[in-house]
Amino acid sequence: MRYDLDFAAPLTYWPGLMAGAATTFGLSVSATVLGFGLGVFCAIARTGRSVAAARAVGVYVEAIRNTPLLVQIFIVYFGLASVGIKFGAFTAAIVALVINVGAYTAEIVRAGIESVPRSQLEAAQCLALSRWQVLRHVVLPPAIERVWPALTSQYVLLMLASSITSQISTEELTAVANRIQSDTFRSVETYLIVAAAYLALSLVMRLLFWAVGSMAFPRRRRLGTPL
Amino acid sequence: MISLTPEQLLFLLRGFGWTIALSLLAFAGGGALGFVLALARVYAARPVRTVVMLYIKLIQGTPLLILLFLTYFGLPALGLVVEPLPAAALGLSVYVSAYLGEIWRGCLEAVPRTQEEAAACLALNWRQRLIHVILPQAMKIATPPTVGFMVQIVKNTSLASAIGFVEMVRAGQMINNATFRPFIVFVLIAGLYFALCYPLSVWSRRLEGKFDVAHR
Amino acid sequence: MSPIVEVDAVCKRFGAVNVLEGVSFQVRAGSVVAIIGRSGSGKSTALRCINGLETIDSGRIRVCEQELTSPRLDLNRLHRDVGIVFQSYNLFPHLTAEENVMLAPRLVLKLAGGEQRDLAARVLSQVGLADKAKAYPSQLSGGQQQRVAIARSLAMKPSLMLFDEITSALDPELTGEVLKVIEGLARDGMSMILVTHEMAFARKVADHLIFMHRGKVWEEGPAAVLDAPQTDELRQFLGNGL
Repeated sequence: MRYDLDFAAPLTYWPGLMAGAATTFGLSVSATVLGFGLGVFCAIARTGRSVAAARAVGVYVEAIRNTPLLVQIFIVYFGLASVGIKFGAFTAAIVALVINVGAYTAEIVRAGIESVPRSQLEAAQCLALSRWQVLRHVVLPPAIERVWPALTSQYVLLMLASSITSQISTEELTAVANRIQSDTFRSVETYLIVAAAYLALSLVMRLLFWAVGSMAFPRRRRLGTPL
Repeated sequence: MISLTPEQLLFLLRGFGWTIALSLLAFAGGGALGFVLALARVYAARPVRTVVMLYIKLIQGTPLLILLFLTYFGLPALGLVVEPLPAAALGLSVYVSAYLGEIWRGCLEAVPRTQEEAAACLALNWRQRLIHVILPQAMKIATPPTVGFMVQIVKNTSLASAIGFVEMVRAGQMINNATFRPFIVFVLIAGLYFALCYPLSVWSRRLEGKFDVAHR
Repeated sequence: MSPIVEVDAVCKRFGAVNVLEGVSFQVRAGSVVAIIGRSGSGKSTALRCINGLETIDSGRIRVCEQELTSPRLDLNRLHRDVGIVFQSYNLFPHLTAEENVMLAPRLVLKLAGGEQRDLAARVLSQVGLADKAKAYPSQLSGGQQQRVAIARSLAMKPSLMLFDEITSALDPELTGEVLKVIEGLARDGMSMILVTHEMAFARKVADHLIFMHRGKVWEEGPAAVLDAPQTDELRQFLGNGL
């Protein structure tokens, strides 16, 4: 029976923990940026004129949202390798995370786009703006500003979910934790330390999103009120 | 079928059965605890409310995989011998309790204050108000998001494979080690998850639509 | 000179309802035409047909030398030639007043940065809001927002301006500032079509009045037509309206 918790032992592995945290952070930020781009593109297709494109995006979103991320990761890493498309663990992790978060982003941004009143579109059309100009200058900016909090939550969840990539040996924080606890046998302490690390990373990500939001949405920064 | 023997398919389907079983266990355990947490968040004294809020924020801010590892490796440290299934069920229940607790708290608070007041004015005591007036309405509000969250529970059972529990993904990994056909195996598994989750998603969305209409 | 707007026997249906039945009128360049009538008389629909927001089922509309029913219609050019101001202003909430005004000149007319700002300053002064350039719509009153909307349309240098009940959504004390701007535009010789409820204003500013009732042009003429209504419908409308 072990009542004494020894945090010192796992903490001596702090360089490994830092490296793992950096990998987690790098994975999350890369997947966020790429996933955001994919999601916005899909949301535009979903709300656009082509019925085929809208339906294709719909199928993609439902497929992703109704299957586990772990299975998606295995398909990308093991499944594709068996049909000739080989990725390294880190690349496979990013690919799977981007495909996953792209679907959730598409849904969130779609809701944002649909929240822009038709009258805004009419006013922009009557100013002789092209369809693309209306989308880029009148629809997307307020749409994304409005769903920014939802997007922030989604990407923090993504960072927590990146722990799953440890299952294909990506050297992120959870994988490092597994190694440390098998070395030290201090499993509770190790995982508690790592849980705290994830909490800290969540805070950093939220701060980052707040900062990006302030820069991208001057109205929000100046007025402080929601759109 | 597609290059999987009948035995392997049966093995996979057994894993599928365990996926469903684990989901139900997590829902039951997490639901029970979540219900208590939700009530505490709304009706308990301030210190209790704060503790519950911290618990929820902590659990929601921890990756589920870490929670499962903590449960699986942590409990033996307390001298208990744990099998993968109870560890997975416990870890998932804790995870589910935090999310359902939050969802259900929101639903309790969504019942209009006036209902509470009307019931009090009819001289119903706290327990009677809760059971006969607040809860029935809160449950109606809670149905769409709860059904929606059940989809998350089913998907999250896949992580139990990491602590060795033979649900569907673990079964798939074992079959893959024998057949080396990961594409077919995991796409098939994805299909089975989809068959389970998609109807739940559709039902949840339909409930949401019905609920809006009822409240118009 | 040919009229800047020619509407000829236009019909339009919304489902089973005949919203416009054989509407015909003309607008001379430089003149101000006011369309008056009850809600549901079709006046807003007629206006929205003129800048192509609504399509027509039969008849002809000719605006700024373009046939609206022609397959070779250049809708983009039409929108550059015809400006419209809406009842609910429809300002872009994420842009300042200045940015609202500069958006189309920047993207469509491809003006350079300095030119955009000069143009914005000029039209905002024209509507009396030079000092509100950096304000966001949520910081402005209804009357101010509507004036910014007018400035936004003016910045595109249209040949024709359409106004769709632009004071209906405003509190009474704010309509004055907007109507003053319209008067200024009329003095400067801008061709305008106003759909309005403001009888006194229509009488003062319009060269020509059109009274619409149940999708048809019922009476039309100079302001004097309001003093001597020929039909019962106009008499009733004036009796209730004023």
